[in-house]
Amino acid sequence: MHKIGVFVCWCGSNIAATVDVKAVAEAASKEPCVVYATDYQYMCSESGQNLIIDAIKEHNLTGVVICSCSPRMHETTFRKAAQKAGLNPYMVEIANIREQCSWIHKDMAEATAKAIVLARAAIAKVQLNKPLIAGESEVTKRCLVIGGGIAGIQTALDVAEAGFPVDIVEKKPTIGGKMAQLDKTFPTLDCAACILTPRMVEAGAHENITLHTYSEVEEVSGFVGNFTVKIRKKARKVKMDLCTGCGLCTEKCPMKKQPNEFNMGLDKRGAIYIPFAQAVPKVPVIDVEACLKFKTGKCGICSKVCTAGAIDYEQQDEIIEQKYGAIVLATGFDQIKPTKFGELGYSQYPDVVTSLEYERLMNAAGPTKGHLLRPSDGKPPKEIVFVQCVGSRGQSCRDKSYCSKVCCMYTAKHAILTKDHYPDTNIHVFYIDERTPGKNFDEFYRRAVEQYGVDYIKGQVGKVYEENGKLMVQGSDLLANEQITLAADMVVLAAAIEPDKTARSLGTMLTASMDTNDFFTEAHAKLRPVESPTAGVFLSGMCQGPKDIPETVSQAGAAAVKVIGLLTKDKLLGNPCVAHSDEMLCNGCSQCARVCPYGAITYVDKEFRVPGPKRVETRRVAVVNEAVCQGCGACTVTCPSTAMDLKGFSNRQIMSEVDAICK
Amino acid sequence: MSSVNNEREEILRMSGVDPTKCMKCGKCSGTCPAFDAMEYHPHQFVSMVNKGNIEPLKQSNAIWQCLSCFACMERCPRDVKPAKLIEAVRLTVIREQGMNHLESENVPCMLDPELPQQAIVSAFRKYSK
Repeated sequence: MHKIGVFVCWCGSNIAATVDVKAVAEAASKEPCVVYATDYQYMCSESGQNLIIDAIKEHNLTGVVICSCSPRMHETTFRKAAQKAGLNPYMVEIANIREQCSWIHKDMAEATAKAIVLARAAIAKVQLNKPLIAGESEVTKRCLVIGGGIAGIQTALDVAEAGFPVDIVEKKPTIGGKMAQLDKTFPTLDCAACILTPRMVEAGAHENITLHTYSEVEEVSGFVGNFTVKIRKKARKVKMDLCTGCGLCTEKCPMKKQPNEFNMGLDKRGAIYIPFAQAVPKVPVIDVEACLKFKTGKCGICSKVCTAGAIDYEQQDEIIEQKYGAIVLATGFDQIKPTKFGELGYSQYPDVVTSLEYERLMNAAGPTKGHLLRPSDGKPPKEIVFVQCVGSRGQSCRDKSYCSKVCCMYTAKHAILTKDHYPDTNIHVFYIDERTPGKNFDEFYRRAVEQYGVDYIKGQVGKVYEENGKLMVQGSDLLANEQITLAADMVVLAAAIEPDKTARSLGTMLTASMDTNDFFTEAHAKLRPVESPTAGVFLSGMCQGPKDIPETVSQAGAAAVKVIGLLTKDKLLGNPCVAHSDEMLCNGCSQCARVCPYGAITYVDKEFRVPGPKRVETRRVAVVNEAVCQGCGACTVTCPSTAMDLKGFSNRQIMSEVDAICK
Repeated sequence: MSSVNNEREEILRMSGVDPTKCMKCGKCSGTCPAFDAMEYHPHQFVSMVNKGNIEPLKQSNAIWQCLSCFACMERCPRDVKPAKLIEAVRLTVIREQGMNHLESENVPCMLDPELPQQAIVSAFRKYSK
């Protein structure tokens, strides 16, 4: 016979203003097996917890029901309190009378009646609870970072410095990511390459960091502490160990007509190329789509000029398999190509460029060697129009719903840098709102206006068309209540940013949840911002949401701390609320294995004693790997013979809850 | 006041527009080919209807200058549909005159001869697809 205690929380006025907590406690005290029922202002407070602990001891409680907020919030808190009092933590049940009752109802009488029903269901369930003991699993002390931009590099360096081995997987031939393509950084105007490349070199040379560049994650299995990952190392056709990075092959390659991705296609590269001068590793890669040797079988010049003998046309993709305890997603972002905005003429006019293209046009290592020359005729532009919020903050099919966050500041940066180098240039910026929260950010934007005389126009551009060799920009000036048309030499579009395209497939592989925009979701928006809801998977940088470099670096460090915290542990406690198969009932149909999203169910042949002359018979039965099972319950509802059951949420427990509700 | 509010609600119901979605970017007025001819501009229609300030719009010839080209609708990032609002204000005026459609003799005197007529633009839109 159970002895159950019921504790009804007021949650200040969160519950008590809508639910008569005393009436709930009173009603609960009349339920079978309930020997103690009370209410209290804040059950989660220290004194609230002590109230529970004392009651367990005093009344020798064997089961506890807390009527409070969602179990997501404080289930762990109350389980720990029960454990302190000597009760198995899994003998605690939560009746959610806040999120599922007081917050969504207005009428006190109705809400109170519902709270009583919810309490009654939890009381019925706890009577069937069994003490559970969590299993343990080993932790592989190695971290995988997916993405080698500033986010991935920073996380990797921080984890490596703590003494754990880290692998960075980067799909491009070099690490560095988008930051390597930036010219200067706001609001300090540090040269991006000058502050990034030392970090790249450090990551490349660190004894605890292994770089897998030109590589992609193929397959992920396992669980927190025990991930197994297959990585495809794409064939560079260049031997990493022999190449000296002299670059002679890239100079001699005759196929120099390929759009150079690093310079946003504004100039050309060879079929064998090093993305940029400070690439890490500084080893070229052959673009087999463009290479004459691969297309016709002839040429082979790179191989002939390479004194190190590093060119290997026969090199094949390699798949490596590695075990990791933690995985960090740092897959970063891309800028959208604003081709859907026909009225802005991006596809039509070469002098309408995106801000990332403009970034390359200003950069000393860019296609114009740092001289601002417009793409169409190579002349310096004298009138430049910047358009903000292109594809951001919208609800139409062309737009992203979010603010891309960095555009206001980089547009001010572009304006300042341009005016600084070319004071006779006129700059106009069409803006909707100037968003400059951040240290020294608004001061920076004001400098553009007050010190550099940049013309900020509150309004948007309706269309861009060509007339007499000029780009005519028609837009609204809302403060003047006018429609204006400016004659420009160049138009720069602050196109929206979006998560990298590979994020979606990685999210599926890792069961890491994403929002509707394909940004990875954090486990808790406020309190667990660098953790994915999937245990052992962490988030770093733009893949979680738009952010600037300092924010990315802070988040990268925070993700590293979480990884280090995990890898420092030798063993992890598992979740004991996992599936279990009753061998005597299992008919070996395999349906559970088919629906299991975690691959936790295998089948074994097992001998059973049976009555009759045969005495022993071999049957095929399901076995659950408790370390892999996440307790989702898909197998239990699929099993036709009710052999599969979930500990802590057994079919009998659920049915008794339903019975209690329907009583 | 309540009749003003009713008029606002009626215009919103007829047009299916939610003016609170507007983020005041000015794309509609930056786009509008009839901007200079209109006393009130597309973005003003959105904010004035939202505030219930509808009488000046009804009195203005701006409702007849709108070409109904729907460029503002096509390009509005927030899917506000200013042209539909203008159309609804126009229809309110017509209904107050005891009609439910536009009589051709009521229109020409108000129109700028330079501007293509709404009927022609609408026909292009309707039959060009």
